[in-house]
Amino acid sequence: MSEASNDQYYVPHLAKWPIVGSIGLFVTFMGAIQALNSQTSITPWLMFVGIGIILWMMFGWFGDVIKESEEKLYSTQVDTSFRMGMIWFIFSEVMFFAAFFGALFYARTFSVPWLGGEGIGLATNETLWSGYEGVWPTNGPADLNGRFEIIDPYHLPLVNTLLLLASSVTITIAHHALRANNRKQTIIWLIATVLLGAVFIFFQAEEYVLAYRDFNLKLSSGIYGSTFFMLTGFHGLHVTLGAIMIAIITIRVIKGHFRPESHFGFEAVAWYWHFVDVVWLGLFIFVYIL
Amino acid sequence: MSQDITHDEVAHDHHDHDHKPKGFVKRWLMTTNHKDIGTLYLVFALAMFMVGGAMAMIIRLELFQPGLQFVEPAFFNQMTTMHALVMIFGAVMPAFVGLANWMIPMMIGAPDMALPRMNNWSFWILPFAFTMLLATLFMPGGAPAGGWTMYPPLVLQGGHNVGFLVFAVHMMGISSIMGAINVIATIMNMRAPNLGYLNMPLFVWTWLITAFLLIAVMPVLAGAVTMILTDRYFDTSFFNAAGGGDPVLFQHIFWFFGHPEVYIMILPAFGIISEIIPTFARKPLFGYVSMVYATAAIAFLSFIVWAHHMFSVGMPLGGSLYFMYATMMIAVPTGVKIFNWVGTMWRGSMTFETPMLFSLAFVVLFTIGGFSGVMMALAPVDLQYHDTYFIVAHFHYVLVTGAVYAIIAGAYYWLPKWSGHMYNERLGKIHFWWSTISVNVLFFPQHFLGLAGMPRRIPDYSTQFAEFNMMSSIGGFAFGLAQVLFVYIVWKTVRGGEKATAQVWEGAKGLEWTVPSPAPHHTFSEFGPVDLSKLANGEKFSILSDIDEKDDKQK
Repeated sequence: MSEASNDQYYVPHLAKWPIVGSIGLFVTFMGAIQALNSQTSITPWLMFVGIGIILWMMFGWFGDVIKESEEKLYSTQVDTSFRMGMIWFIFSEVMFFAAFFGALFYARTFSVPWLGGEGIGLATNETLWSGYEGVWPTNGPADLNGRFEIIDPYHLPLVNTLLLLASSVTITIAHHALRANNRKQTIIWLIATVLLGAVFIFFQAEEYVLAYRDFNLKLSSGIYGSTFFMLTGFHGLHVTLGAIMIAIITIRVIKGHFRPESHFGFEAVAWYWHFVDVVWLGLFIFVYIL
Repeated sequence: MSQDITHDEVAHDHHDHDHKPKGFVKRWLMTTNHKDIGTLYLVFALAMFMVGGAMAMIIRLELFQPGLQFVEPAFFNQMTTMHALVMIFGAVMPAFVGLANWMIPMMIGAPDMALPRMNNWSFWILPFAFTMLLATLFMPGGAPAGGWTMYPPLVLQGGHNVGFLVFAVHMMGISSIMGAINVIATIMNMRAPNLGYLNMPLFVWTWLITAFLLIAVMPVLAGAVTMILTDRYFDTSFFNAAGGGDPVLFQHIFWFFGHPEVYIMILPAFGIISEIIPTFARKPLFGYVSMVYATAAIAFLSFIVWAHHMFSVGMPLGGSLYFMYATMMIAVPTGVKIFNWVGTMWRGSMTFETPMLFSLAFVVLFTIGGFSGVMMALAPVDLQYHDTYFIVAHFHYVLVTGAVYAIIAGAYYWLPKWSGHMYNERLGKIHFWWSTISVNVLFFPQHFLGLAGMPRRIPDYSTQFAEFNMMSSIGGFAFGLAQVLFVYIVWKTVRGGEKATAQVWEGAKGLEWTVPSPAPHHTFSEFGPVDLSKLANGEKFSILSDIDEKDDKQK
């Protein structure tokens, strides 16, 4: 491999991981489809194989990048490319959540009131769903899955909000420690962040158990259940991924990676974590409180 | 200031680094080279163009005469659905990404795309995605048949293919998002140090804006199809009124993706045309800056007009009025573009090589498609045309004689640079005239059919529509055959032919024409200032670019 200087942009030769990743995605999705389409419930073993391939790809690919980075093959320009890549990836994630928030707002401002006879829904309500009032939260005029209760925002969700906000603070402290080249402090605050994330996920799981077992609030509970579980579920998935990412950079800090002036891997994970945090604030306000 | 490097540097690179990886797997499966990945994209797009074209032939065969003759109605519905999905996500979009891969680094003096490994991944997801999608054709129950727009509740009745459809769309989305991120990082971060934003060729500009659109809307499509998936398999009620949801919600989310998607398929085409017309008119592009602003304006407007696809579904009057007026506003920046192209040609010393012929046909025929678009923007009138052959005629004018014509024009224009050989001009002209006559025979009568009330996506029709349908089918078969000729011309050119010079076209401006033909495997390997006088608008905006450069170099 060639020496990197600021007027030479490092272009890797021969990458095997992308094609492995494509096969991994294909196998994962085929496995998921197979499990979804089977009449009896089967273990989606093919999907797990696919996820295994994707994990292998991620370890290999990120491993290569870390190795190249530690070999100082990357100029500041390469660094900028990585930064742009991460920023726009997070933007695409924002837009993914926007679709689900859009569904929530549409249901609450338009479809549910219309079903209840407001505005253009007058005739629909009279002829199809007479007696339905269209008040949020709702499982729809057909009362899908029966009566349900909603999660009180000021118990577990409030605790979770504080946990995530605190984790944003701890990761920032870790960042400052890294920039001050204080490795011990960095590791301590990173571990604190992972723990806060893990407790968040635990409480979130607890909340789901509560919803299913005691509140009869399920994914099938009409539009409320749909938006509630899809929004919080995708968010929980992102928190899980984010926590894994932080755990990995913690290991990297322990191994002596990153320098006070150059630690993009750390920063990318921190950006991602803040993004997850901001999405949660949106959820807390629009899903739980309002 | 701008005389620093050109040929010497390039020739040096060519000599030093031009070792292509040996062996098929290394060269194509593991490549990180923007030119090889561009080639992969283009070949894939051409293959999908043929697959989607074959589906179109089946559609036109069935519609040749009234009554049901060749295929089952259910299969006909699968053909209309799959034709659209294959052509949009498999042919037009990958073709544009292929052109971006090949041309953008060479146009801005970059050694490669900014994220070369991810570039490989963006491409190699696509063959798997289309394997997944096309496999449904051979399964019990067949392929998705509810239309490419995937409206519920119809799409939810698709049986086993719903999962395949949703996950295939997810894969295409992942591919597009990564491709777009790469384009943005390349254009913003990899320009030669003295090449400012306003020195960029218009193809680069249009692709930059297209990439923003892609990143903004592909995730929204992913969200929409995820809701389809959970409604189908996990009992959610997003699109089920009984549960408080609304099928119309899907249409809103889908078209929030779908309308910008329309511009994703046309903005790079505008860029290609803006490269070609100045070359063969031997005049700089008229109104360069206004072209940039017009592109940005179209992109912005594309986000706030989506419900004009939904006038007949029912929405409050205020909504209809707003979406009608907002939509008609798009005609203003589009008009700026059309007039600028005409202005570029005004008193130019024009020659009519094949790329120019396709570009001229683009300007005329795309304008026809644009006008029928303005007709459909009128909410009260749209109720009459909605879901008739009028809309089919409209979007085929903008997509076939628009997007596809631009891609073909670009292919002829840059093929000598890619392959090092000139294509056969006589065959190219035959391809042009054959295509252009037949495409109008194919689509123009469909306007009349639609205005007379023939619905789209139906395998049979009333006998009053027989003549125009037969005419349209004959045009369709002829157009399909013409594209086989195109494949032959490309094949012949790649295999051999008259050697192309580096300059290729007398009037061509831009950095891609400063490197030899065929372009060496690696170009611009050393970062450094480029000769701005080689760019179409390099010197005009050099003061601006100096300021820009200082901003960029503050790190």
